[in-house]
Amino acid sequence: MSTVPTDPDAAAASQAEIDAEIAAVAKDYEASGVEETQPRLDFPPYRSSLLRHPTKSLHHTDPEEIELWSPAFGHRDVSPLESDLTMQPNGEPIGERITVTGRVVDGDGRPVAGQLVEIWQANAAGRYIHKRDQHPAPIDPNFTGVGRCLTGPDGSYRFQTIKPGPYPWKNHHNAWRPAHIHFSLFGTDFTQRMVTQMYFPGDPLFSLDPIYQSITDQKARDRLVATYDHDVTSHEWSTGYRWDIVLTGSHRTWMEEEEQA
Amino acid sequence: MSKLVATPGQTVGPFFHYALPYEGSDLLVPVGREGAIRLHGTVTDGAGVPIPDALLELWQADPQGRVVQEPGSLHRDPWTFTGFGRAATDATGHYSFTTLEPGPTEPGKPAFFAVAVYARGLLNRLFTRAYVTAADGSVADDALLTSLPDERRATLLTTREETGFRFDVRLQGDDETVFLTYPGH
Repeated sequence: MSTVPTDPDAAAASQAEIDAEIAAVAKDYEASGVEETQPRLDFPPYRSSLLRHPTKSLHHTDPEEIELWSPAFGHRDVSPLESDLTMQPNGEPIGERITVTGRVVDGDGRPVAGQLVEIWQANAAGRYIHKRDQHPAPIDPNFTGVGRCLTGPDGSYRFQTIKPGPYPWKNHHNAWRPAHIHFSLFGTDFTQRMVTQMYFPGDPLFSLDPIYQSITDQKARDRLVATYDHDVTSHEWSTGYRWDIVLTGSHRTWMEEEEQA
Repeated sequence: MSKLVATPGQTVGPFFHYALPYEGSDLLVPVGREGAIRLHGTVTDGAGVPIPDALLELWQADPQGRVVQEPGSLHRDPWTFTGFGRAATDATGHYSFTTLEPGPTEPGKPAFFAVAVYARGLLNRLFTRAYVTAADGSVADDALLTSLPDERRATLLTTREETGFRFDVRLQGDDETVFLTYPGH
């Protein structure tokens, strides 16, 4: 029988043990000479991945017709008000008001227009409105932490929110997640579907976090970190961050007029 | 060949339930509508233990094999089939969609539900297919099915039931589901 610690609440290992495991993977990666751009599915320092990663290689296949399309979303689905997470019926959330904006493009740099972007995040104290979040930090009655928008013709999205706090979890003893916003993205093809996390620049928890470090390549990790952008910051109102997202390539045959649309 | 490098994915984490599933996300059509079927199953880990914090997304053609491009998946009009849905697993690792049986998008090809799988502990989303099977378990072949040995192929086949189809997802193990990667990934 396996003796690996798979209880997500075990918090058994020390940060030093997790750091050593992360460092060992990083050393092997650097020696391999092969560039990785996505997280490893099998990353033992993230204990919950031990029994939840496929052990067989992903099977290469060409997309069939349905996979060359994504579901269509429109104004029936998403109200423009849903992109402002600070707009709440009974008052404003506590925290550092921020604007997060950027563009969603495909692997050829084509804007992904009119598609759904969904976000969710902890409040300024690092607490989610979720019954399974047991972190004894205050719940903010004026913050749900959920937002949606549709991308514009140029693939742009924009959210008004508050900066999430870091929060503890039980992967190991004294484990803390760097502050992040969860993003869910659709492309033009279902094969481009992706869910990820956006981080904030200079977070001191980056090197300690097995989820962030499951991406072994520094250049790839950097792609998840937003940039402070003073042009996005607005006078007397909120600071601004820019984060652009690149989906995988589209497999469709694009017509010239679609390219220009 | 793509010109830009794709942004990395990350795990959906444990706290997606109040953000990604929405009211009616698992009901692509109302229960009881003529032609409504159930697609359901259990998501399990490498120890065979059900996963209570997984999310499945469904994307499919309509019964005539047409790819639907109608908005309204998030706020459904019960008369408009959009082909998209989401279902989180419950405490027993079980998920369930109420939907319509998809038709083949090209004559002679097998029909399937495109499925994306997310879970706490799963560092990136996984793609798979749940193929529609006949009552005797048979299915037409396509490029993917013919490329797989029998025991791996079997993990992609639904089991037809009186009310629809069963499709279990095993993230790890000898009978692990075939998960897909596409050119350019």
